[in-house]
Amino acid sequence: MNTVILLLITGVGLGALYFLVASGLSLIYGLMHVLNFAHGAFLTLGGLLGWEVGRRVGDGTWAGLIVSMLVGMAVGALFAVVTELVFIRRLYNRHIEQVLVTVGLGIASVALFEGIWGTDAIITNKVPWLRGTTTVLGARIPNHIWLLISVAALVLAAIVLFLRYTRYGLIIRAGVENRTMVTALGIDVRKSFTLVFAIGGAAAGLGGVLASVYYGNVSAHQGQSMLIYAFIVTVIGGLGSLTGAAIASVLVAVLQQFANFYLGGTGDLIIVLALAGVLLVRPSGLMGRKLS
Amino acid sequence: MSRIKIVLGALLVLFAALLPRLNLSIPGVLPGPTYTPGTLQILAYAFLIAALALSYHLVFGVAGLLSFGHALFFGAGAYGLAIILRRLLPAELPPGTGLLIAVLLTLALSFVVATVVGSVALRVTGITFAMVTLAFAQAMNVLVRRNTGGITGGEEGVSVTSAMVPSFLIGVRNSANLYWIALAILVVVYLGTLWIERSRIGTVAAAARENELRVRVLGLRPYTVRLFVFTAAGVLAAIAGMGMVLLQSGTTPRVTSADFTLTILVIVVLGGVGYRWGAIVGGMIYTLLDKRLSDLASSDLIASLPGVLRVPLSEPVFILGMVFVLVVMFIPGGIAGLAERIRPQTEESAHGQR
Repeated sequence: MNTVILLLITGVGLGALYFLVASGLSLIYGLMHVLNFAHGAFLTLGGLLGWEVGRRVGDGTWAGLIVSMLVGMAVGALFAVVTELVFIRRLYNRHIEQVLVTVGLGIASVALFEGIWGTDAIITNKVPWLRGTTTVLGARIPNHIWLLISVAALVLAAIVLFLRYTRYGLIIRAGVENRTMVTALGIDVRKSFTLVFAIGGAAAGLGGVLASVYYGNVSAHQGQSMLIYAFIVTVIGGLGSLTGAAIASVLVAVLQQFANFYLGGTGDLIIVLALAGVLLVRPSGLMGRKLS
Repeated sequence: MSRIKIVLGALLVLFAALLPRLNLSIPGVLPGPTYTPGTLQILAYAFLIAALALSYHLVFGVAGLLSFGHALFFGAGAYGLAIILRRLLPAELPPGTGLLIAVLLTLALSFVVATVVGSVALRVTGITFAMVTLAFAQAMNVLVRRNTGGITGGEEGVSVTSAMVPSFLIGVRNSANLYWIALAILVVVYLGTLWIERSRIGTVAAAARENELRVRVLGLRPYTVRLFVFTAAGVLAAIAGMGMVLLQSGTTPRVTSADFTLTILVIVVLGGVGYRWGAIVGGMIYTLLDKRLSDLASSDLIASLPGVLRVPLSEPVFILGMVFVLVVMFIPGGIAGLAERIRPQTEESAHGQR
């Protein structure tokens, strides 16, 4: 029973991490039909620069961690906005080329990060409390899991509130629904493209800092390896659906944890099979709208 | 195809076949004269990458399917051959027969794998298709890296048992033989690609890429046609993979990774989507650039630069990635498209020879 609770809660924590990457991917795809292969690079840069600044402010302290999270968000958002303005915008409505450009950016930036920070993972210092555990119903849960879950929940709430109660949120929701109609009403939908990229980048950058807390290290490859899981989550949840991404993140991560523990480390394989299965039964994903 | 083109192509192959017996140096492109093992090794590697790019051209350029799982079939060829040689065949077989049997078994294996993956993945289209193929390739990558059943060797990969391979294919002394095999594989894959593209199936696949609805209205079934092209491309990729495992006397999990598929995609786009020779030129240029840029990275010139310039310039993949981004943004059609635009419009090219 203890094991089940432990796996369940750590699974939700890992899911929180997936969600931070998948939420941006899903919003960007929903609005612009761009599958963003550079999203992992946003996460990596956020994590690396967040760590660089955070350890100078206070290595292994709360102040340092909070500063790194803010820096990670800012860096991720900035990187994403530059990507959108410089590269994606010029290829407006040419989806294959847009995907190819993000592929190139992803490959190039990982190589650049390797050149700057080296190929090996760098061990990071954790806040003392995050290194401890809390006992829940007999299971000893690592404290950093609580941080991941609460931050991801805050991000989810913030994005949902933004989409529901602001004018820009309204435009984005309308754009996902029917972009031609929004343009026809005289609204410059391109501003919301940049905005969606900024939100997605900020979430990914924050995810980068939290990934360094979760894994205890930062590396130039962190983003790319997480990106594949984020893709799987996004597609299972339904491309373009934020709720779908949230549900699928948790489902995928919990499934992965249980399979890793009970089926001899087959977690990765199981979620890939789950992806194939979901797509064959429901090609549009769990919460996705019917594909035309 | 005009007769001149066939003659030119044959002459080019003949010239390539003679290279190991010639003493040609291209400073800055090749590491040494063409008869040296190092140069032959690099050229053979480039031929196999070009063959792989040609097979991907069938999927992406002809059928218009954005697959992120093509490395799966290359990996199936490489791992299949190495594992069958090592595990399945009795050691008493004479080396030549053993290799032949293993090659045939690997071909059958890759055919089955490609048919199964294709028949599942082709039930969906567009980005979803890309994701399903990525998922299959990722599953294979995980299986291989986990050392499933103790036969894939985990991160270290597998090596070819030298007892099962004829001695003229082993060692640095026999680089020329491996080079000729790589060249033969490139020619075979080229002819296979040409045949499929020119066949009725290839034509229907291209038509379905342009307008699926219209093909359906004509009473043809895009699914079957695409499955054929996808499977054929998978088998051709496996042939290139078998060449690679012989050339490098082993293989590592890298050839099954998503990054490797992305590299092939980059090559095909650099060369020019839809052009057969674009895929070959792209594969050759990419491989040679990759090698030369790595040498450049460790040169004194780069080491003397300030950090801002040194770090990006010493990462070949960074440079190649940025070149790729620029090509996608400013040179649609890649190298082949550029050449086509510069060349004066002849009767044939005006008819949209792609």
